[in-house]
Amino acid sequence: MRSVSIIGAGITKFGEHWERSFRELVVEAGIKALQDAGIEGKQIQALYGGCMASGMFIGQEHIGALIADQLGLNPIPSTRVEAACASGGVALRNAYLAVASGAYDIVAVGGVEKMTEVSTTIATQALGGAGDEETELFFGATFPALYALMARRHMEEYGTTEDQLAMVSVKNHKNACLNPYAQFQKEISVEDVLNSGYVASPLKLLDCSPITDGAAALILCETNLARKICERPVEVVASAQASDSLALANRKSLTELRATKIAAREIYEKTGLKPKDISFAEVHDCFTIAEILAIEDLGFFEKGYGGKATEKGLTALNSEISINPSGGLKGKGHPVGATGVAQAVEAYLQLRGAAGKRQVKDASFGLTHNVGGSGATVVIHVFKAIEGKR
Amino acid sequence: MSLKAKVGIVGYGVYIPPYRIKIEDIAKAWGKDGNDISKSLNVYEKAVADFDEDACTIAVEAAKNAVNDFNIDAQKIGALYVGSESHPYAVKPTASIVGDAINAGPDLMCADLQFACKAGTAGMQICYGLVKADLIEYGMAIGADTAQSRPNDALEFTAASGGAAFIIGKNEEEVIAEILDTYSYTTDTPDFWRRPKADYPSHAGRFTGEPAYFKHVISAAKKIMEKNNLHSKDFDYVVFHQPNGKFPLRAADILDFEKKKVEPGLLTPFIGNTYSGASIVGLAAVLDISKPENMILLVSYGSGAGSDAFILKVTDNIKNRYSKNKVKDMINSKVYIDYINYIKHRKKIKG
Amino acid sequence: MSNYALPLIWRKFPERYNLLGNKCTNCGRSYFPSRKICPNCRRKGHLIEEVMPKEGKIISFTKVFSAPEGFEEEVPYFLAIIELINGVRLLAQIVDNEDHKVLIGAKVKMVFRKISEKDEESPIAYGYKFKIVE
Repeated sequence: MRSVSIIGAGITKFGEHWERSFRELVVEAGIKALQDAGIEGKQIQALYGGCMASGMFIGQEHIGALIADQLGLNPIPSTRVEAACASGGVALRNAYLAVASGAYDIVAVGGVEKMTEVSTTIATQALGGAGDEETELFFGATFPALYALMARRHMEEYGTTEDQLAMVSVKNHKNACLNPYAQFQKEISVEDVLNSGYVASPLKLLDCSPITDGAAALILCETNLARKICERPVEVVASAQASDSLALANRKSLTELRATKIAAREIYEKTGLKPKDISFAEVHDCFTIAEILAIEDLGFFEKGYGGKATEKGLTALNSEISINPSGGLKGKGHPVGATGVAQAVEAYLQLRGAAGKRQVKDASFGLTHNVGGSGATVVIHVFKAIEGKR
Repeated sequence: MSLKAKVGIVGYGVYIPPYRIKIEDIAKAWGKDGNDISKSLNVYEKAVADFDEDACTIAVEAAKNAVNDFNIDAQKIGALYVGSESHPYAVKPTASIVGDAINAGPDLMCADLQFACKAGTAGMQICYGLVKADLIEYGMAIGADTAQSRPNDALEFTAASGGAAFIIGKNEEEVIAEILDTYSYTTDTPDFWRRPKADYPSHAGRFTGEPAYFKHVISAAKKIMEKNNLHSKDFDYVVFHQPNGKFPLRAADILDFEKKKVEPGLLTPFIGNTYSGASIVGLAAVLDISKPENMILLVSYGSGAGSDAFILKVTDNIKNRYSKNKVKDMINSKVYIDYINYIKHRKKIKG
Repeated sequence: MSNYALPLIWRKFPERYNLLGNKCTNCGRSYFPSRKICPNCRRKGHLIEEVMPKEGKIISFTKVFSAPEGFEEEVPYFLAIIELINGVRLLAQIVDNEDHKVLIGAKVKMVFRKISEKDEESPIAYGYKFKIVE
């Protein structure tokens, strides 16, 4: 397998883009990435696009060809990748494998979702499709409800509190205020979260990531070539992906995502890295409990200590480990198909020292953790910056 | 087998939803005096089905209790009839859903019945005939309703939800109450009706009393007793259809039954009128406390109009074959809801 | 609920009315919903129909206030992960309940309820829910 690096990244502002379409968003991110990489569109040999539910959100399928078309990249092969909220991360992984295998030298990765064209009810239903239709959605389960079931169990087993869940949200909003691309630019308090009303107890409105429009894009390149054309490439050090049962009830444990643990183990084994070697992580905090599960399952904190670690401020920007410096899904926004790609964009910016006010100091290794559904797909990547052309 | 084989009830089950609303709370919503209404109707609270319950789910729960408590092999049930005036479908049987839910199919005669509040006892008569004719081993008859009532109509104080399932058979070791005879009295008397597209039934006010309920109930009771040369003193219990708590007491008085014989089967004061379930839930409450040799007179009433009368004799089997889900316990297991929750539960809110 | 396709609902009646699942005679594991292969034994497995027990206990629960399409008028409602007495877990609604009774560890039994109906002209989907047993 060949080494693969990121040589360019682009991202739109995340938020409610009432005046802009799916197509406009994906083109903006794509063009920005191409410009950042300083290459021409015709150098792109293939495209992988992550998108979860465009059929329900905008009534449009066949997104792979659409993106290539809109970017003027026809006739290159262009493939849509769908793995629920992990669509972006899995698109990145497929692009990575395509370059690592030697099939292509330069490929583009896109992630996009336009979620505000439909009512909240329809959006809830579209997102629900990531769960098990026949045994969960059919019975009235929603995504917040599935994560609420995990949260309740975590509270029961480890004494995690609703205040600690709220602190995840408070921290991520704070980070988001430092990120110009983030949907939320307003700090919130623990009281704000606690008073925001239950969506599915114990999760409240401000424990949940928002409905967001947005797109993100990356240009991947074989590393030797990358060193020649890019001043500061960011190497994809390792990529791992794991799956689990779609239905939450079929999992052995409700207080961990087994797929996260398995993918993380593979990452650490492949790279020889230890959790403490990671400077920052963009983890999948679709709900506050999800960040607590993630920082435990990724090995940053002991199982059951995630809530307390958050309370102690160990996950804040430039503390023990900076978790979600971008603001995470909660603060930056969660355009589902774009999220996994946006996480990698953040890693790229951080490792190049281009993250502005939210810059993680002395960042060496950055990790991204993207989850599909209630944990049925998990994809993890680790990145580091390398020397490029002088 | 001979036509002389003892045919009767071999099992029964009841389901009463746990939600209750007090009559005074309904009255309060409309600026009426609940005390007066409760006293005049002899009804104090009524059972309310949840938003996800209907005549079908009530029928299934009652049927499951009957099959489980009396250890009946559902596969041997050869006929299943569900009587209701609130069948969830106008076209498509409730009975086939119940059949699959208790695993009684596919070798099953099946139909839905409608005869206002006596559709359940009509099913019992059909099952009785089929078992007596040796066409089936067991027949199951169910009466179940989530009775509808227009907000601020007199019916709103009584229309309730509940149901009962009876299994009719002839195995000597299983029959707990032999059906000695059954008789029906039927005339065209339009005292209460619902047209297909109407949400709520309509009624003819006081016309529902003398020419309707009383005429049919009294006639059916008198005729079946005459036919069998029996008198009120020969019965230990009598159960009438109970649209409210007053009518059955007056019927008992007219027919010379003592109050103590009618009270054990008179449940409307506590759960309201469960329509197709009303008289047979009352019968179940009586069977819950019956002793061998007890004689029971059951007289249902369905608007439109007719009464089905049954003479039942309790057997020795009742000592070891009895219900584990007593009607009394279901009546006492309750959660009160207010009027707002009541209209939400019954989906009476329209935009 | 997102899919009202009639064959999809109909096919599931034995599962949703009676908790019909299956069991691998090779390893003894029970599955609900039934599986086509035993993930534990794979080719060596042999699956036979098995009706699940109707009793269990609550492993975790949530009270849902924001509902998907088809459930809007039912809020708030309880959802729980239930462990049946044979160890099989499933997700279901908990009915008839006051808040203080819905707790982790509470004993429950299956009831037959209406799950959803798209509108007044559509077929009704019935199936399992659970209630607390006192």
